[in-house]
Amino acid sequence: MTTDLKKSLLLHGAVLAVLFASQFVLPAYHHGNLARVMILASYAMGYNLLFGYTGLLSLGHALFFAAGLYGMGLAMSQFDVGAGPALVCGVIAGTLVGAVIGMLALRTEGVAFMIVTLMFAQAGYLTILYFGTYTRGDEGFVIAQPDRVLLGLDLSDPTVRFFAAFTVFCIALIMCLAVVKSRFGKVLIAIRENEDRTQMLGYDVTRYKFSAVVLSASLSALAGAAYGILFGYVGASFASVQYSIFPLLWVLLGGAGTVLGPLIGTLFMFYLIDLSSGITTAYMLIAGVVLVLLTVFAPQGILGELRRRVWKWLP
Amino acid sequence: MDFGPYLMLATLEGAVTAAVLALTASGLALVFGVMRVVNVAHGEFFMLGAVLAWWVTQMLGGSAVMGFVIALCVVPVLVGCLAALTDMVILKRISYDPERTIVATIGILYIFQQVTLMTYGPDARPVAPPFNTRIALPWIDFVDGRLSLYWPWGLSITSYKLAVIASAGVILLALWLVMTRSKLGLMMRATEQDRDMALAFGIPVEKVYAFVFGLGAALAALAAVLIVPIQQAHYLMGGDPLLLSFIVVIIGGLGSLPGAVLAALLIGLSDGIISVFFSPTLAKILATLLVAFVLVFRPHGLFGVRRG
Amino acid sequence: MTKSKTAPVKGAHPTRREALKTLAIGGGAAALPLWARYAGAQTSEPIKVGFQVHRTGIGAAYGRWYDRTTTAAAALINEEGGINGRPLEIVAEDDGTDPKRGAEVIEKFATQHNCDIGFGTLFSHVVIGSAPRAGELKLPYFVVSEGHHVASGMLNRYTLQPGITDVKSQVQAMAPFVADNLGKKVTMIFPDFAFGHDHRDYFTAAIEAQGGEVLEHIAIPPTETSFTKYFPKIPRDTEVIYHVMVGPAVLTFVKELGEFFGPQRPEMFGFIDSLEAVNIGSPGLEFLDGTYFWEGNPRYAQDNQSDYDAFFRERVGVDANGASVSDSKDVSTYAHMFGCWETLHVVKAGMEAAGYQGPQDRPALIEAVEAMTGLPHSNAHPQGAKIFNGKTHQVFGHQYITKVVDGKLLLVHTTSIEDTFYPDEVDYTTQAL
Repeated sequence: MTTDLKKSLLLHGAVLAVLFASQFVLPAYHHGNLARVMILASYAMGYNLLFGYTGLLSLGHALFFAAGLYGMGLAMSQFDVGAGPALVCGVIAGTLVGAVIGMLALRTEGVAFMIVTLMFAQAGYLTILYFGTYTRGDEGFVIAQPDRVLLGLDLSDPTVRFFAAFTVFCIALIMCLAVVKSRFGKVLIAIRENEDRTQMLGYDVTRYKFSAVVLSASLSALAGAAYGILFGYVGASFASVQYSIFPLLWVLLGGAGTVLGPLIGTLFMFYLIDLSSGITTAYMLIAGVVLVLLTVFAPQGILGELRRRVWKWLP
Repeated sequence: MDFGPYLMLATLEGAVTAAVLALTASGLALVFGVMRVVNVAHGEFFMLGAVLAWWVTQMLGGSAVMGFVIALCVVPVLVGCLAALTDMVILKRISYDPERTIVATIGILYIFQQVTLMTYGPDARPVAPPFNTRIALPWIDFVDGRLSLYWPWGLSITSYKLAVIASAGVILLALWLVMTRSKLGLMMRATEQDRDMALAFGIPVEKVYAFVFGLGAALAALAAVLIVPIQQAHYLMGGDPLLLSFIVVIIGGLGSLPGAVLAALLIGLSDGIISVFFSPTLAKILATLLVAFVLVFRPHGLFGVRRG
Repeated sequence: MTKSKTAPVKGAHPTRREALKTLAIGGGAAALPLWARYAGAQTSEPIKVGFQVHRTGIGAAYGRWYDRTTTAAAALINEEGGINGRPLEIVAEDDGTDPKRGAEVIEKFATQHNCDIGFGTLFSHVVIGSAPRAGELKLPYFVVSEGHHVASGMLNRYTLQPGITDVKSQVQAMAPFVADNLGKKVTMIFPDFAFGHDHRDYFTAAIEAQGGEVLEHIAIPPTETSFTKYFPKIPRDTEVIYHVMVGPAVLTFVKELGEFFGPQRPEMFGFIDSLEAVNIGSPGLEFLDGTYFWEGNPRYAQDNQSDYDAFFRERVGVDANGASVSDSKDVSTYAHMFGCWETLHVVKAGMEAAGYQGPQDRPALIEAVEAMTGLPHSNAHPQGAKIFNGKTHQVFGHQYITKVVDGKLLLVHTTSIEDTFYPDEVDYTTQAL
């Protein structure tokens, strides 16, 4: 167990080190991409807490991402809040939305949970359009460069942006590792494996699930708020169904219930689209075929497959 | 427009939505019920149905009625075969694992969309309806204490829309008869209830699965052929029917056919009727929340029973 | 211009980077990869134009024609000797009509393909999602979107719209015609998102200025596929219906509107955006006969067609009915796509005025375009003469109103350029380059 822990710390430390070091060697394009992927991977990690570890499949996570995005953006555009407090507003907005959705949606389970989350997210998306006076609807709005300064650092600068994205990713990774290693995390996994038995063992399953939803929502909102402030755009397309499907896809590809799976999945999907769009205009076709092949040949996702075959200790 | 006629118009429009939705959703419910998998590509079979209907009518040329009738017969079969093939080539290999099926069908969705975009193109194309007469509808009102009949401004429907409602009803009735009265239906129901037991009794479960998957897709395609003279065929048109059928299937109680039909009616009609009272987008928000709250307080759907 | 071309927006850049580096790796001198990407282009190298094209997603029907027009314009420019003696190369990337991917594509142009400029975006949300990145990367970004986002001051100095007029000017120029010829009591039907809201706000104000009024605003949710249930909200005494629906469901919209009104309908005025890439002769559209449309550029070749328009049609491959010469069913997005053609010609003129050599001259290119004013009706500007406003980065031009007669759109009114003016809302030239 302790050697496993050591190995795991070593691996995650190494991943962080590689990510950090890569900013000095990567060409500009991939440097920018990696910053974006790290933010999106944090979103996927938030999703994975709920889906991979607790076993709750949500189809409405775009709502939390968008709550962070708009919580941050509207605080800035409507109330002239600075970058730091706006980020906090975003996370708080996501956490609150998470708490409300958690209270309602957790009355259901299984497929009904999927639909309820989907419906709430759809209502959220339409609400953004409905209040177009403030949100500019689908068109969205720009966070101007002078507003994107945090602690004296200009977040629109590539190096600062990379560093900020890296920080967000570190927060997500450390949080996930801490949760997974904690007693709380073990109970979540127990719920995923057998909810009734966990209940019988005396755990307040609903309370644990609720905490998982809220935690997952806050992390997703953090990613959303960070995305908006780092890339300067707030728009309703991030609240659409597509952006609820994406984290599911990334997590499943990378390996549900693995800490690093979301990063691998996001990175894989990003470059799959980016590279194949260079070869052909029919990149969606390639993406589709690869997805099908992966499900046939690597059913537990990339890291899940690795864990099954090689690294049994992978968290 | 006066309130009464307006409500009637909204109800009629809701009924058309409901009819098409009931067909599409019953396909999804069938797949969900028998195979226990979520087919994310279901909307794409709907889209393929509409696009193929355009191809068929276009290739045949000639009269609108002929082309449409042939499309109505041929297209669902084509789409059904394609779906059955997909099932045998892909879904069978992943042993119908629920999560993997979701990813695989997302992949299939991308493939179908892209192939359609490359062959059919990005335009929305119409199919001429076989018949389409505007029928002005009367309304009864009290005038000076007496009942009188009048034709309110704008209150109308087309003969084709009425035909869509009627044919959806007939098809659903036929489906119900097949499921409850035929040997085929018996095999499907047996597989639904206990896969292993069905296998033990010599039911070719794999073939039943392929058939059910094909039938589900064919129903979606049939709905699409019916709707394409009203809406146009477009390569991104599958998204909405997928979401709505999904909702219908869950609200109706997982895999329950009568439940799905009732839920489709509920959702189609409420979509129409709520729009009478609120501004359109607000109406959509409320209709969406209504669905969510139905599930929150009836987690197993309106007509579902708790399964073990 | 008194501003120095090299004065950076964020003055403390290098020091901050240094500070961060010190913080990060203890003062190591490892060169960050983001500098020195552009080592000065050789004169024989092509000028690369990054073309952000909607190949997939909801904008695909437009994207295809934007692509064809751009290709035709580039071929023409190259035949005529290129730009500053260098050939023009179009580097096309699909943005999936998605703002996130759009921003990524802009990064790809600037840092991977080493493009000289970004160009060609139509959908507003993609423009707004991409423009901040273009500004940060200092990549001149020429959009062909007809959104009011550029002139509203929301974007930045590196984003320009010199080839197509914006929705605010289009809409307000329509009001006098509508009020004088069709009626003063208007009901507006528009999609419930930003594009629709622009129509709602600008047209309502403009028609009131003409002594008319809008009786009812009917905003349709963008995902809607059936419309009849909303039509009873149209007041009985409506004289004109103003409609501007977009997306694949517009045919249904028009058809159902026809079925709703039956034989007696009010006057109708619409934006052709509803029916771009759609054949006016499609089944169900008979209802439109006798109704009026705004067109950015008349789809059907008119009797008084200019030689420039004939030339443009021929080069792009569009017949007199606005369809592809190789397939009469393939209808173009004629009211918008000229924007790509004209924008590329503005880029050419700008680069030649600035003596553009490579990315170091990008600020000079921006200033050269800002200095432009009158753009005469010509092969380079086949839609008509235009006036560019260097402060707001937005071009202004004639608008056309056509009437559907026997399945064709016949020109009935051409607005003056002055009809489209409104007070400046921004002065981008005060921003640093």
